[in-house]
Amino acid sequence: MIRSNRAFLARMLLSSLLRRRSRLLVALLGVALGAAVLLGLVTLCYDIPRQMSREFRSYGANMVFVKKGGAGRLQAEDLRKVEAALSKDAVVGLSPFRYESVRSRMLPYTAVGAVFADAQKTSPYWRINGEYPRNDSEILIGEDVSAATGLGVGSPMPIDGRNSSAERYEREMTISGVVATGGVEDGFVFMNLSAMEDMTGETGALDLIEGSLALGGEDLAAAAADLRAALPEIDARLVARVTSPEERVLSKLAALVYLVTAVVLSLTMICVATTMMTVVIERRREIGLKKALGAGAGRVAGEFLAEGLILGVAGGLLGSLGGLIFARLVSQSVFGRPLDWEFHLVPLTILVSALVTVLASLIPVSRAAEAEPALVLRGE
Amino acid sequence: MSNLMEIENVSKIYGPLKALSGVTLSVPQGQWLAVMGPSGSGKSTLMNIIGCLDTPSSGEVFLDGVRLSELSPGELTAIRREAVGLIFQQFHLISHLTALENVMAAQFYHSMVDEREASEALEGVGLAERAGHLPSQLSGGEQQRVCIARALINHPKLILADEPTGNLDELNEKLVMDILHKLHREGATIVVVTHAPEVAAHAGRVIVLEHGRLVSDSVGEAPSGGAGEGEGEGADDPKADFSEADGEAAVLNRPGEEGLEKNTDFSPEEIRARS
Repeated sequence: MIRSNRAFLARMLLSSLLRRRSRLLVALLGVALGAAVLLGLVTLCYDIPRQMSREFRSYGANMVFVKKGGAGRLQAEDLRKVEAALSKDAVVGLSPFRYESVRSRMLPYTAVGAVFADAQKTSPYWRINGEYPRNDSEILIGEDVSAATGLGVGSPMPIDGRNSSAERYEREMTISGVVATGGVEDGFVFMNLSAMEDMTGETGALDLIEGSLALGGEDLAAAAADLRAALPEIDARLVARVTSPEERVLSKLAALVYLVTAVVLSLTMICVATTMMTVVIERRREIGLKKALGAGAGRVAGEFLAEGLILGVAGGLLGSLGGLIFARLVSQSVFGRPLDWEFHLVPLTILVSALVTVLASLIPVSRAAEAEPALVLRGE
Repeated sequence: MSNLMEIENVSKIYGPLKALSGVTLSVPQGQWLAVMGPSGSGKSTLMNIIGCLDTPSSGEVFLDGVRLSELSPGELTAIRREAVGLIFQQFHLISHLTALENVMAAQFYHSMVDEREASEALEGVGLAERAGHLPSQLSGGEQQRVCIARALINHPKLILADEPTGNLDELNEKLVMDILHKLHREGATIVVVTHAPEVAAHAGRVIVLEHGRLVSDSVGEAPSGGAGEGEGEGADDPKADFSEADGEAAVLNRPGEEGLEKNTDFSPEEIRARS
């Protein structure tokens, strides 16, 4: 038994939505599709720069960490501090390097101590002929060194120098591989950091930490600034050679994606608006009848807009789920990795969807509600 | 008897079309008036104006002493809500609401829903068993009776019926006319727009429109009973005769003025001949 007008209004709205199921389904699908495309594209828009930043990491480190003021060396715990200060998700790799002057067969070389597992992450572009050193007696030589000395994979290479106590050391090393980068690395000799520490007798010292961070543009600069603030003894610098072109490409890409999103969004809105207009126009007689029964224009319009709102929210919710799945599938197939669920975009999508649906209903509803009921009932 | 409705020199123009042209008419409280005329004569336009569903291009309409031209759209809506019950030829039921909910919709827009009263109204038109059915599950006659129950639920002073039996078979026509007779006996003022002389014959007064002009105003005996009460049996048993009326002389707009044919008795045959 319905006892109040509010309960009757709820019954009327519910009846309209449930008893006109086939019509509702078409409208709901229209709204949901719009919401799905919107959320899907916005998610991709949001995620593509991040995904591309990760792709750009094949260009190498985009941030380096050195001792502030250039005096002294970093310590092993500085690496841990940097690692702790950065967001885990953003870090593709952090690779410590230490430089020493060594000699081999009377010729001077710059030896680089590295953790090769990390170096592979920050410098994935290194082309290795042979293997990375598997133990402390193996080394990697640059292509230029190989050309100058005639040494290659498997050749022995004696290394000598002075340790921290100024005592001479000498090691017999074997070349496990030749590295080619097209850069200064081609003139270096690389060995395990632990091998270098053993030779020099000085442990824990580092000259440079290379960081490869999946951040672009402002985010990267902000991360560097945060680090400088958090760790005042460490200087975090951007590698402009890598970051500048990356930023340009990303901003162009973002502009393109925004443009596509805006176009698709407008088309989607037009589709939703058309669907809603059709739904309302089909029910013009009902609007006229309610007015003939004594309902004011505002009241009738309010009822129809409430229906539009319910439809917008339901369609938005349904479309959001579809949009998230759509974006994830696209990301998986294009970038080879799923993107994060951007659940915080769901309320926004529902809001936009509800707004578009209500706005789309507003014009035909108010037009029908303002017309003389006689005209509407006659079908004019 | 005081006039519930006064229409003074009312015209309605739709673009190049003059749907009503200088119509003047008074309807006393409790009268059953039939408005006749061929298609396009302005019958429905007149009903829409009386029912505050449309506004005249010129002239004045007074309903229960209120000058409608002075009212805002919102006030007209209020008059429609309070004073007028509408019965349509096309029924105009809301398709997704049940018979009961359709009646309650009129209560909802009027003041407050009362399911018991709405059920009783449906019972009054013989549809207690069909209260939970959607319009699509009802026959034309049943839909029309729901429409009548909806028109009556708020106890309007004026009942306007536009071709109330236009889409009904004989049996349902009789049922509907019986209900109108009952309402009339209870004191309701009824205006029925019809092109069917059988339906018009139930009325106490018949006016005829042609090309938007009032061409005849015939007052018969007041209808006193429904088909079930032995009087006013419709086409088969007209309760009054329609006297001869001169077609030329009848083309007049203002009742009471020189030349208007005033008839006091009429029969369906004569009404048919006129309309």
